[in-house]
Amino acid sequence: MLFPQLLDKLISETTSLSLPGFSVELCLSATIVAMLMMRLVNLDRFVPTSVTAVLGAFAALVFTWLQFRQIGAADAIVSQKIFTGLLIHDTFTVFFRAFLSLFLLLTIALTSLTGIPDNEDGPDFYSLLFGATIGLMIMASANSLLMLFVGVEMASVPSYAMVGFLKGRKPSSEAALKFVVYGAGAAGVMLYGISLIAGVLGTVDMSLLAARLGEAAAGGTGGLSDPELRAVSLGILLVMVGLAFKLSLVPFHFWCPDAFEGASAEVAGFLSVASKAGAFGLLVRLALALSGAPGTESLMIAFGVGIGFIACVTTTFGNLAAYSQTNLKRLLAYSTIAHAGYMVMAVSALLVMSNSVQAAAMQIDINRTVEGLLYYLFVYLFMNLGAFAVVAIARNHTFSEEVDSFKGLVGQSPTLCIVMLICMFSLVGMPPFGGFVGKLMIFASAFKAGDIHWFMYVVVAFGALNTVFSLVYYIRVLKTMFMDERPADARPVPVHLGSLESIYVVALAAFVLLLGLLPQFLSATAGAAAQSLAKF
Amino acid sequence: MNPEFLLTAIIFAPSVGALILALLFDSKNAEAMRLFAFATTAVTFGLTLVLWLGEFQSDAPGMQLEVVREWIPRWNVYYRLGVDGISMPLVLLTSLISMLSMGASWSIKKHIKGYMVLFLLLETGMMGVFLALDFFLFYVFWEVMLLPMYFLIGVWGGPRKEYAAIKFFLYTLAGSVLMLVAMLMFYFNTSVQADGFNLIKLAEAATTGSLLSPSLQITAFIMLFIGFAIKLPAFPVHTWLPDAHVEAPTPISMILAGVLLKMGGYGIIRIAFPLCPYGAQYLAYAMVAIGVISIIYGAFAALAQTDFKRLVAYSSVSHMGYVLLGLAVWKINEKTGETMNSEYWQMGLNGAMFQMIAHGISSAGMFFMVGVIYDRVHHRDLNKFGGLMGKMPLYGGLSAGLFFAGLGLPGLCGFIGEVFVVLSTWSFNPALAIVAASGVILTAGYILWAMQRVYLGAEYKGPHPEDLTPMNMRETAIAGTLLTLAVILGVVPAIMFNVMTPSISRMAKAAEAGYQQSAAQLNQDEMQAQR
Repeated sequence: MLFPQLLDKLISETTSLSLPGFSVELCLSATIVAMLMMRLVNLDRFVPTSVTAVLGAFAALVFTWLQFRQIGAADAIVSQKIFTGLLIHDTFTVFFRAFLSLFLLLTIALTSLTGIPDNEDGPDFYSLLFGATIGLMIMASANSLLMLFVGVEMASVPSYAMVGFLKGRKPSSEAALKFVVYGAGAAGVMLYGISLIAGVLGTVDMSLLAARLGEAAAGGTGGLSDPELRAVSLGILLVMVGLAFKLSLVPFHFWCPDAFEGASAEVAGFLSVASKAGAFGLLVRLALALSGAPGTESLMIAFGVGIGFIACVTTTFGNLAAYSQTNLKRLLAYSTIAHAGYMVMAVSALLVMSNSVQAAAMQIDINRTVEGLLYYLFVYLFMNLGAFAVVAIARNHTFSEEVDSFKGLVGQSPTLCIVMLICMFSLVGMPPFGGFVGKLMIFASAFKAGDIHWFMYVVVAFGALNTVFSLVYYIRVLKTMFMDERPADARPVPVHLGSLESIYVVALAAFVLLLGLLPQFLSATAGAAAQSLAKF
Repeated sequence: MNPEFLLTAIIFAPSVGALILALLFDSKNAEAMRLFAFATTAVTFGLTLVLWLGEFQSDAPGMQLEVVREWIPRWNVYYRLGVDGISMPLVLLTSLISMLSMGASWSIKKHIKGYMVLFLLLETGMMGVFLALDFFLFYVFWEVMLLPMYFLIGVWGGPRKEYAAIKFFLYTLAGSVLMLVAMLMFYFNTSVQADGFNLIKLAEAATTGSLLSPSLQITAFIMLFIGFAIKLPAFPVHTWLPDAHVEAPTPISMILAGVLLKMGGYGIIRIAFPLCPYGAQYLAYAMVAIGVISIIYGAFAALAQTDFKRLVAYSSVSHMGYVLLGLAVWKINEKTGETMNSEYWQMGLNGAMFQMIAHGISSAGMFFMVGVIYDRVHHRDLNKFGGLMGKMPLYGGLSAGLFFAGLGLPGLCGFIGEVFVVLSTWSFNPALAIVAASGVILTAGYILWAMQRVYLGAEYKGPHPEDLTPMNMRETAIAGTLLTLAVILGVVPAIMFNVMTPSISRMAKAAEAGYQQSAAQLNQDEMQAQR
């Protein structure tokens, strides 16, 4: 092919496929530029930056909806490589775009309700928020190890800055510094892992990994005694370390409580939901990309079981460590760790099932596993954001995030307390709230994976046990809110039912309830997203 | 009436009431809220009466008035309701006790709106448990109950309310998590995935031995049994009960004793036995032993109490032991796998079911009577009472009747259940029957002793003697209703037996067949292994 022809093909592909497939991210980028330009010409005095941000996020949501419609109208399952195979555009990607744009919109709404950041800092803060979201979207759509790294870094770097955004506060800066140091270390480790994988397998294209892995394993023992496989396994392990840092899995969780305590509740909510979601999207893609190579089944099942073990340790640790917390954000940080553990159980089940001999026969269960994970993420968005929103709103009145400052709050703002109740019981996993459905889906997948490897039954047992553990600390918060007397010198929290804050949190709680009572719609959508990853 | 509407209305009428109460009522108008909440429970009771007298056919053994609607078709979850002779009496009991304890709720003085809303939500949960025929739905209602109960104990309870509430919650949640795992076991082992949560179809599959292998049945049964035994409560997982009962306000104690404990027994007879017949029979001896220990242990513990309410609480442990005992006296001929003296086992099952109803009435009555006196003198120390019969003769008389019903005096409801259970235990193992029967003596001991200390004696010497006013109309009506029912059930137990027996025989026959199939499977496997 001649160079001009190549160029023509590239241009036509970019304009007809890649750019439309990338429209959501482009929309967010344009919003960043718009926000910064508006400050340059002092337009933000007249139009608050939060309004621009809301419009941008809403436009992104509309673009996602258009993509959804387009994909839904197609006859076959859409799975398009864009930008010469760097990214992939399928239902799974669009699902994450929708998730992240929705979450972005809700976070902006929350920040404008609670007044962090002020109008002066608005463009900076929202640019960071949008930038991180774009990074997360890239993570969820990466089809190349290179984009994996780019996505993770693009999501992380703005997060560091956001954690340290409350510039005057010492804990905030300390948390940011801790986060940066850990993040940089993890990124370095991950990059090394990527170089090992790419070096041995000769490609960074994730869709080729399984085939190349099969070639590398061919003729060998398929175990760790094969030097090529050993190097790749080390590489996978190191990449997993990087992702474990993003997911705050034990033993890479140390940054999480400090960062959450130092950051404002709004940022902590963002970190605990969005950055987890992006990392899970990536993890699922990576796990499936490495699965199914002939000759490496037992090795990959061992990886799956190992992740299951990490999941058990993480959930148990997160739940037990949350017991003694007195700061509500710190408590929620440990709860985040525990929930990452529950969700990783799904990934573990996914790896175990898709590397078994019956993988083709189990395709429906594999799809269910991804569906369960996506469902859990969506419920988690509402219930965790709800909890953080209540903390943020109450903080604006009491100037404290200690559990004690919530004593007897039910007498002053029952709405906030009831929303907190719904969110927390959903976090425990009680019906009729959404958390129960998500948890049940994940446990069911792990249970099904028990057919392949017995350890998955242990994982289910740990998950079930942890549900009981977690009740104690969630209910301690609720007890404080509902059963203790409000101290006479406590600052009042007058949040009335009609106020915007109340409407916001009630809407979140309504979604938590709705996802528990009518799971059908979302689980069908999540199922379609899972279907687009199916191999058989 | 359309069964779909009727059953749905029975479950959700209280929720609708709760919603109206929460949104439309002024929280300062206490009396209006009380009356409205009472009216809601009365309407629900009326609906269950319509169900019993108008729609239900006593002589039909199978499931009646089945309702099926899709709920989450992707997961094969259905909104599936129905009644049979096992659930019908419990549905009636639930609506009755709810109405009466709502009548007793006039003694609640703080945060009335919240209390009434939670109370009504609780009733929805209880009704749902007894009417659900889909395991998922059953589980949802089972858990939905926990939330209001936690707050009802934790906010309106006594001095150690928070401890008692969390203990109750943790115990039950631990049990229900085990139930959840068992639910997954059934779901993934059905041949027809579409029936994965359908309790009726699962039970049918178990009858042919095709649901779970014998060893898995034992595992599943243990998990289910622990979950239900916590609720029942059976020794050694009963320890939440005395705390929860003592700290809960009177009406909630009535609900706890009258209805919530029955869910344990109902779960065993509705889910554990039909779905894992082999496991049930395999563990029959263990269950009988646990039942007997609960009877004796509960009675001795009750003897040692000085707190009036705690005494009644331990009497519940003892009485519910009879339920477990009656359910478990399933004796098998080891060689043939046939059930020996099948009619005695059915007698035990009938006795256990009757004991649940009888205990629901007598213990709710006893808790109410304790509550009446506590409202007046604000203490429950048995050693500081005495002479109440002289001061409050009507109260004393009604109490005596209800306590005798609990004691198991012939002619009152407690007698029938106990005697049926003990008789059938004789066929299982005479020695255990003697131990169980001696529990009756201990029961008589603690109840008579308590009555002597509280009602008899020369005069009341404890605190607040001036507050010993006679019972008012509302209190008399509640106690009178319960005592009347105790007498009616004691004299004409056939009212309940007619409803229960056909369904119970059917369940027992199905379980026997299921056991035989599984045992035959096991024999075959062994023979093959020998070859």
